[in-house]
Amino acid sequence: MLNSRIPAGALEEKWTNYKNRAKLINPANRRRYKIIVVGTGLAGASSAASFAELGFNVEVFTFHDSARRAHSVAAQGGVNAAKDYQNDGDSVWRMFYDTLKGGDFRAREANVYRLAECSMELIDQAVAQGVPFAREYSGYLSNRSFGGVQVSRTFYARGQTGQQLLLGAYQALMRQNAQDNLTLHTRHEMLDVITIGGKAKGITVRNLDTGDITSHACDALVIASGGYGKIYYLSTLAMNCNATAIWRAHTKGALMAAPSWTQFHPTSLPQLGDHQSKLTLMSESLRNDGRIWVPKKPNDTRNPNEIPENERDYYLERRYPAFGNLAPRDISSRAAKERIDAGCGVGPMKNAVYLDFKHAIGRLGKEVIAQRYGNLFTMYQKITGMDAYQEPMMIAPAAHFSMGGLWVDYRLMSNLHGLFVLGEANFSDHGANRLGANSLLQACVDGYFIAPRTVMDFLAEETPEALNASDSFEQAAKASKDEVEKKLNALLNIKGTTTAEEFHKQLGRILYTKCGLSRNGKDMAAAKSELLELQQTFYKDLLVPGTEKDINFELEKAFRVADYLEMALLIVEDALQREESCGAHFREEYQTPDGEALRNDNDFCFVSAWKYLGDNKYQLHKEHLNFEFVELQTRSYK
Amino acid sequence: MKLTLHIWRQTGNKDKGTFETHHLDDLSPDMSVPEMLDHLNIQIIKSGGDPVAFESDCREGICGQCGFVINGHIHSPESHTTTCQTHLRSFKDGETLHIEPFRAKAFPIKKDLMIDRSALDRIIESGGYIGVNTGQANEANSTLINHDLAEKAFDAAACIGCGACVATCKNASAMLFTSAKMNHLSMLPQGAPEAAQRVKNMIVQMDAEGFGSCTFTGACEVVCPQSISVFNITEMNGRWLWSSK
Repeated sequence: MLNSRIPAGALEEKWTNYKNRAKLINPANRRRYKIIVVGTGLAGASSAASFAELGFNVEVFTFHDSARRAHSVAAQGGVNAAKDYQNDGDSVWRMFYDTLKGGDFRAREANVYRLAECSMELIDQAVAQGVPFAREYSGYLSNRSFGGVQVSRTFYARGQTGQQLLLGAYQALMRQNAQDNLTLHTRHEMLDVITIGGKAKGITVRNLDTGDITSHACDALVIASGGYGKIYYLSTLAMNCNATAIWRAHTKGALMAAPSWTQFHPTSLPQLGDHQSKLTLMSESLRNDGRIWVPKKPNDTRNPNEIPENERDYYLERRYPAFGNLAPRDISSRAAKERIDAGCGVGPMKNAVYLDFKHAIGRLGKEVIAQRYGNLFTMYQKITGMDAYQEPMMIAPAAHFSMGGLWVDYRLMSNLHGLFVLGEANFSDHGANRLGANSLLQACVDGYFIAPRTVMDFLAEETPEALNASDSFEQAAKASKDEVEKKLNALLNIKGTTTAEEFHKQLGRILYTKCGLSRNGKDMAAAKSELLELQQTFYKDLLVPGTEKDINFELEKAFRVADYLEMALLIVEDALQREESCGAHFREEYQTPDGEALRNDNDFCFVSAWKYLGDNKYQLHKEHLNFEFVELQTRSYK
Repeated sequence: MKLTLHIWRQTGNKDKGTFETHHLDDLSPDMSVPEMLDHLNIQIIKSGGDPVAFESDCREGICGQCGFVINGHIHSPESHTTTCQTHLRSFKDGETLHIEPFRAKAFPIKKDLMIDRSALDRIIESGGYIGVNTGQANEANSTLINHDLAEKAFDAAACIGCGACVATCKNASAMLFTSAKMNHLSMLPQGAPEAAQRVKNMIVQMDAEGFGSCTFTGACEVVCPQSISVFNITEMNGRWLWSSK
């Protein structure tokens, strides 16, 4: 039975109670403890900077060439906080409830409440760092409504909120890098977790410029390596996003929770052809003014401007009159898929829907629309060559955010002693579906405010030993390095005919069609055997050029795809086991007569956490979700 | 569509480097430049060669990792555009492209089109931050910042750290990069207390990294994917003068 270690007390007192009782370490003693942070996105950079400010000895690793490149940079829309600056009835409780409901009641109450509670402090911190959030002429911070909620609680910096928040965290990190107690290693990829006696005690990394394999000891390990939506190949994620860090930890004993819960973002640009390497996201904020529709008639090839109003199906407004075009992401994506599958999709591949600004331009004028979304319209034109002021945009759902990830308790510590997991890499706050503008928030809150308290609380009970590496560490490190070398060489020595990229494409196709926006038992059983076959072919026919001791992008990709191939099987296993529909997990067998998700609280009100047994075998552990403070309700946006 | 590519190949910083020619004839105008290189690399790998090393991550023009020189154009023949946001429809069918890495003394070539831009990180490290620890912040609305000032700070803050400004400058100067960060922070009330120190530290570091001086040709602004204004450089010079009094 998994212990989530939720502190006692009323919901609004839990975090305070935890902090009041958390153990501390004397400032002069903190430098004797070594913390390793893997990843320099928002969660990694913010936690590493905060640890170093406290005086801990910190070593940070990123595979990027600079700590400013992580994919946090791409989040456009904004970051939520329950400041209630707009006097529109917002509160910590309401934000907590929106997030919990948005996640279809598959997250922990205490975690979600803490996220909302710490949200306000984050805005203060970011402003102090110089993040240029949008302001009113009076000088006060501006807000907008975002992602399926009824209040305006989203803070934003044009369409580049993620970039600006990341720069704040990156600058804080670089400021510490100039000090003695923090060392940043760029172009180093974590390829193994070193465990001693069931405790995380270090990592093994590969220097991506030289190929050198080294091991590093720590007293606490923090993994903040982001999401794994790129497993679907075509996704909104960056080319290098991968699951290797969390998968390596998983194979060393850390449980993987709800891996099949991937959010499909409704406003991505559709796939245009086979050459495509990724899908570009258009900010969800476009849905505030754009209206989504498809032609009523299937296979209607007329120019959209020639289709009269009465022949258009504004399907979100039709199905969800209360929320309309602002229905949450999972619901909007699924509704789009439903229309596309019905043959009403538009565009050359019939895989898109229209997002139309004609009415908004008529109501507000082109200038206002340009002011609000000008950069997005320019981006759209650059990518597609089309002018969205003249004709509707074409959008489609795309794999986006991983709600699943390594299982963590309230302290964000995994079941593997000493391993903390932050940001998108963990499973914790978003349940089965994440609300817009909560992702930047979670990454920042985990890094700035939660990990510094909980990691210190943990370390206070540990004897610092990483700075004087013991014989047992040296032995474990050697075994780890040997294992990594062996794996790399095995990949290099297959010398087949198919590149890692090509395998990844095939993997993505299987997952998209059989375990994507909607799933059913029959397709997934087929997916399982296809994936097993693909995995076998991979180890027989992979082609990796070059050597291990050089810059070798193909070798990096091959290692990541090998992990993705294993993870894909667990994703299918997880989706098969959950015989209900909740949030982004839509099992076709479990739906209401009008096509809405049918949740089963009697049998599935738990988090599925999987233990790795090797050889594509897993054991299920359950963390039951107890709802003490809210009543479970059917999530309706009608 | 068809393209002939002359791509820069160089095994390491000490190697002299040379152009290698490839003919591609099954391209789609919707491909981005990195996607064209992905496509080329698969062909190279399958014929037993060493694929072209290049960096590209977000492919949305925001992470700042990509950037090549294409027919003498920094990033792209399109203006204010990153390489990853350049699609083949920007070129003519049958055209010949020369693709090279960004070149500057402070950006050593690692391999082929990959360069080392860590000098930019060290400039940030020297003072491109506001010295606030986690937890020290006061209430966000207690510091009022006028809309126009916030927008102006944003304009400077939008830099993606790609290094195009350095690559296009005949002096390989990093003045646009350095001044944008400096002004972003120093024009805001939160960043004002450290402004004098910041200007000294960042300029000293910039010089130590081997970047050239600015002769104000304005070439940097023309290629900047975020259209960052050269007036940032003027403002930085002003700050430098005031701080050295």
